[in-house]
Amino acid sequence: MSTTIQSEIAVNPKATGNTLLSLRNVAKSFGRHPVLRDISLEIAEGEFLTILGESGSGKTTLLRIVAGFENATSGEIWMGGERLDSLPPYRRRVNTVFQNYALFPHLTVEENVSYGLRIARLPKEEIAARVEQLLALMKLTPYAQYKPAKISGGQQQRVALARALVNRPRLLLLDEPLSALDANLRRHMQVELKSLQREVGISFVFVTHDQEEAMVMSDRIALLRVGELEQVASPREIYSRPATAYTAQFIGHTNLLRGDVKDGIARCHGLAWRTGLRDGVGWFSLRPENIRVAGGAGSSVRFRGKILRQAFHGATELLQVESTDGLVLSVCLASRQNWQGELDLEFSPADAVPVRESQERN
Amino acid sequence: MFSRAYRAAVTLPPLLWVTVFLLVPYLLLFCYSLWSVSASQTIIHSWTLDNYRELLHKGVYFQTLLRSMWIAARVTIFALLLGYPLAYYLSFGASKHKDLLYQLVIIPLWVSYLVRAYAWKTILGSDGVLNTSLQYVHLTKHPLEFLLYSPFAVVLTLTHIYTPFTFLPIYASLDHVPRNLVEASHDLGATPLQTFWRVIFPLSIPGVLAGATFAFVLSLGDFLAPLLLGGPSGIMISNIVVSLFGAAYNWPLGAAISLCLLVFVVVLLFLSEKLERKWSFQ
Amino acid sequence: MEFPVSGGPPRSLRWLPWYSIAVFAFLYLPIITLIVYSFNGTGVGGFPPRNFTLDWYRVLFADDAIWASVVNSLLVAAAAVVIALGLGIPAALALDRANFPGKALFRRLVLLPLILPGIITGLSLSMLFHEADVKLSLTTIILGHGTALISVATTEVFAGLQKLDRAQEEASLDLGANYLQTFWRVTLPNLRLSIIGAALLIFTLSLDEIAVSFFLIGRDNTLPLEIWGRLRRGITPEINAISTIIFVFSLAAIVAWYRLGKRAEGQADIGAELIRNTAEEEHA
Repeated sequence: MSTTIQSEIAVNPKATGNTLLSLRNVAKSFGRHPVLRDISLEIAEGEFLTILGESGSGKTTLLRIVAGFENATSGEIWMGGERLDSLPPYRRRVNTVFQNYALFPHLTVEENVSYGLRIARLPKEEIAARVEQLLALMKLTPYAQYKPAKISGGQQQRVALARALVNRPRLLLLDEPLSALDANLRRHMQVELKSLQREVGISFVFVTHDQEEAMVMSDRIALLRVGELEQVASPREIYSRPATAYTAQFIGHTNLLRGDVKDGIARCHGLAWRTGLRDGVGWFSLRPENIRVAGGAGSSVRFRGKILRQAFHGATELLQVESTDGLVLSVCLASRQNWQGELDLEFSPADAVPVRESQERN
Repeated sequence: MFSRAYRAAVTLPPLLWVTVFLLVPYLLLFCYSLWSVSASQTIIHSWTLDNYRELLHKGVYFQTLLRSMWIAARVTIFALLLGYPLAYYLSFGASKHKDLLYQLVIIPLWVSYLVRAYAWKTILGSDGVLNTSLQYVHLTKHPLEFLLYSPFAVVLTLTHIYTPFTFLPIYASLDHVPRNLVEASHDLGATPLQTFWRVIFPLSIPGVLAGATFAFVLSLGDFLAPLLLGGPSGIMISNIVVSLFGAAYNWPLGAAISLCLLVFVVVLLFLSEKLERKWSFQ
Repeated sequence: MEFPVSGGPPRSLRWLPWYSIAVFAFLYLPIITLIVYSFNGTGVGGFPPRNFTLDWYRVLFADDAIWASVVNSLLVAAAAVVIALGLGIPAALALDRANFPGKALFRRLVLLPLILPGIITGLSLSMLFHEADVKLSLTTIILGHGTALISVATTEVFAGLQKLDRAQEEASLDLGANYLQTFWRVTLPNLRLSIIGAALLIFTLSLDEIAVSFFLIGRDNTLPLEIWGRLRRGITPEINAISTIIFVFSLAAIVAWYRLGKRAEGQADIGAELIRNTAEEEHA
């Protein structure tokens, strides 16, 4: 039933490849309504994994199950050789950064950050030292005595991070922590979070619906659709070799081509290219940036396209072209003043990536 | 956005009414407290501080005031002890029946105060339900006298009346505690009990203050319960005021006591509000 | 959120549901006793109750004085609602929208009778009437109740105003309606729930009011004062019967109020939804 494609490519040098967290056949239903079905996933030590999905995909529920705020209906969670899901949240070596930060309004920044350490009854000197270190790391030292209401959204977000990290958890969960920030700050924080994770070496499990964000930050992306894992792979892999039509369309732009395959040739609306698929109907993902202006000889697939529409995106231009046989494609070209009329375009057969059709799930 | 005419039309009528029927009467209260009453039971409109001197010198007024405060304090404490856990249970523990249970707490508030006080009178009397049932199951042989016509009865009845009053603001403040704060606390290693003391309770303090103020002030000024159930040992300050306006015809003295009560309540409200503000949205 | 995961309340709070039941029992004991004993043949005391009878109700229905006082109470309550709303709604509007010298004092003054012991309001008003040579009657009681209950109207309507979306009124003005029309067509309908809730509450409180009425009473009694007079002379089980009837009416009032709240909640949400959706479309 599971459509997981596991990839062992570890891009993060600190990711040891040792498994830290293991989700085995985790499922969750609210009443009769299934939210997660049969999730199996392994998270390595030191890796940055993003759970990516639309609203309703179950990504937040999955995170909350790992944190301990929900119980899975079935399945098991193991961490470091022990059952995790039998423990209440306050006994798990897991910490969470909440979507709206959940800072304690009646405590100062310093008291917020030291909260977990004080609960654990660590000696005062150690608490002070750790808090100071983390406040400096987050550039929050001048705000230590402020209450959360008096600092900005970006600063609150850093306090939430500091409060979680100071406890040195084995795993940090982040529930869409950047969604409340404006665009520029958000991009800045994405980079900061990524380098932070590298620095502290803790496994991060990051939840978001923003696929660009996922690609920028992650070592691996786990794409969740209606409660099941659609694909789990590194950003490059998931982008250039999407497993399903859904993946191809959710991450980045793509053209989805329906081809009739016979004897190793796929045909679609007058276009034909070599493929290794069996005979029958096949779906192919062709990224707009892989269609270029025709030039020189080669084994490329050529066609003539009439420009229907174009949209300026700064460095690139997204054109909608119609081939002579009526196939409408999106093409991404470098910006030029005068893309007009008709163009000779081409693409390599290898860029038409075969994808599986996504099944309907209710 | 709103024109001057609009604002004037909206402001003037209530302002006038409140001035005539609230401000002026309070001023009159002040004036009366400085007047006196003649032997032939008419009011003498001449200024004197005699009433206040009498309050300070005659022990009975001061004693009654102290007793009233002690009763009010006990009522407040008991009402909080009953109201807070109930509010906590409804807010944090009972999501399925929350609405219904909330209505169930409110219903007694809508039932006549007089009716409820009277009900306690019938329960606590020597022939009442409590005594006769205790005797029926042979727990006691004779009726317990202290149940009625005593401060105990007053405290019991007023606690019953004012527990919903403490419940309401406490429930409101507990319900306003963002649940993700509770989750965050658990996430950071705090048990539910630790979470309560460190996160939930501090954030509910404004509600506790509001409820306590309500219960204390209203108990202090209550005259019905002591009259019905207090007996001679349960007389409270308002009963004295009422009698001064009735049989013991001395309006100025009654006014003086009322004014003191008024000032005390206003000061208490002021302090309570300051405290509440200090403890909210921190 | 329920008690945290791993099923049920934590060990330290297992007693909580039982404690809550006990508190509920305490709150309802007098009411239940009253109802049960209103049917009790041997009257108010004695345990267990026996001889089920409707006699006390028969006596009650034959009691003219009580019914006269009921009529008085209903009149007073209705008039009090009119006064309290008629002044409380503008007061709430003034507090929400206007700035004027003395606003803080005005706010405190309006809300003071809510928390001040009723006798102070009652006797200070009686002083006013005494100085103005006004005879005490139902009219003075009406004035007293109205004044004391303005605070209830103001509080409820003010809360409703806070929830009101200012954008709706601005839209109305933008579309050409003047202030009066906007108030009538937009503001008032949105406040409907608060106003009706306030009316119910004021009516009920007025029916039960004793402290203020005590000082302003003329020849005609209101129901509580009539009952009060009887109680001074001794307990009759007839009182149980009228109390039970009062309880039933209170129950009906609160059920009505609750139903209203549920229904209007749906309507309010639709309004908010519309606005939210329109805003989203603008941003998309």
